[in-house]
Amino acid sequence: MSWAGWLRLIVVTGAVLLLEVLCRAGVIAKTVLPAPSVMAGDLYRLLASGAASADIGETLGNVAMSVIASILLGFVGGVAIHAMPRVRRALDPFLATYYAVPFFVFYPVLIVIFGLGAAPIVVIGTLFGVVAMLINTLNGLDRIPRVLLKTARVHGMDPVRTALMVKLPSAAPFLFTGAKLAIAYCFIGVIAAEFIMSSSGIGYSIAYAFNNFDNARMYALMLFIIVLVTVLNAVLFTWERRIMQRRRR
Amino acid sequence: MHRKTDTLLVIVALVALWQVLHWIVGSVALTAPADTLARAVELLGSATFWPHVAETGVALLYSLLLAVFGGLTIGIALGINRLAGEVAEPILVSLYSLPKITLYPVILLAFGLGLSAKVAFGTIHGIIPVIIFTMNAVRTIPPVMLRSARVMRLSPPQLVSTIILPAALPELVSGLRVGFSLTLLGVLIGEMFASQRGLGYLVMNAIGGHDVRTMMAVVLILATTAVLISAGLLHIDRRMHRRAS
Repeated sequence: MSWAGWLRLIVVTGAVLLLEVLCRAGVIAKTVLPAPSVMAGDLYRLLASGAASADIGETLGNVAMSVIASILLGFVGGVAIHAMPRVRRALDPFLATYYAVPFFVFYPVLIVIFGLGAAPIVVIGTLFGVVAMLINTLNGLDRIPRVLLKTARVHGMDPVRTALMVKLPSAAPFLFTGAKLAIAYCFIGVIAAEFIMSSSGIGYSIAYAFNNFDNARMYALMLFIIVLVTVLNAVLFTWERRIMQRRRR
Repeated sequence: MHRKTDTLLVIVALVALWQVLHWIVGSVALTAPADTLARAVELLGSATFWPHVAETGVALLYSLLLAVFGGLTIGIALGINRLAGEVAEPILVSLYSLPKITLYPVILLAFGLGLSAKVAFGTIHGIIPVIIFTMNAVRTIPPVMLRSARVMRLSPPQLVSTIILPAALPELVSGLRVGFSLTLLGVLIGEMFASQRGLGYLVMNAIGGHDVRTMMAVVLILATTAVLISAGLLHIDRRMHRRAS
């Protein structure tokens, strides 16, 4: 590991330890935040008892579905829009301001349309993820070096082979960034939707535990989400860096 | 001119899509565009609506101030100190992609109901993108500028005001744009759960009373305002980047 990596580990460990000490010493009241070690213990018991397995499975399933939908729709949409410059110019300001619209507020409408179940949650997740993928697909297609496309034409490659052998590999790092963002945004969308109005899932469980003053369960689930998302993002972040570095060589 | 008609066409297409959706699912789920607009005008003309706008506006303003000044300070510090930046970047990125809504109960327990909880929630949403953009902006300042600053023996405050801020300004506007959207989102979510005032509360209240018309009208007003402000910032952003390049 690099020097900065070790330092980062020390900083994060130090922060957790500081929190632990503050909680144990009573500076932070137990009703506000239990000590990290207590949270971890609660999480372990919760996972071992299997009481949360159904909710966790459901949330992960919803996230997976919206990630797949976002990546597919975003990629296809990006390729289609890229092929039509005039449409793209017209859509550009809308794409750039897309994330300014607070989409959660549409969730109740979706419930009325799709019924209470997984569908509106997956739709919200997809609404969050799809534009990140779309924008990055456009970026990737923009950055394909002209010379490569010309070379493909000189060699008389047909459009399908050009797409597979030149365009796709060349845009790949941007597509990866898009997919990474889509995953993060889908998590945010799905969990928020569950939190607002749902009858199952991790987001719902946290809201439910909160309303019933079940702090142990609430903090255990919160810790679960934080650890899961952080590990996932860290893996994707490292992977992305490696791809980018390979590209630079 | 060409561009403006194209933008207009997109808006027309969006409204048409909305109308078609309305025909498919009916008024119970989705009110028609014209009907929603009428309700929105009605709301904008009523005296009871504006206190909610003011409430959300005040919370948004406080959160934005905290997010922008806090983000700028931390971002500049992390940008100048290369090692600190390298250590902090992955931590910041993972904080950015965390579903912060899960932290909502902690914020409520820590700050209690009311304005401070909303402001705190808006700030934690908005501050991280501002930090990340500022940090990257400071990092990409040409080293020769920093070296000349050292030669001229500028004091740290002078360095920030004469070199770092002007050089990083275009990126700062980009950060502000992302930060604005997320701060608004944070404040609205805060209002949806634990507030008796504000636009988020109005939406939640309308949902509770099955008043789809009011809900859609508030959403329309919110979305239009957010898009207009964001578009304005985007315009400034692009002009600055063009001048810088």
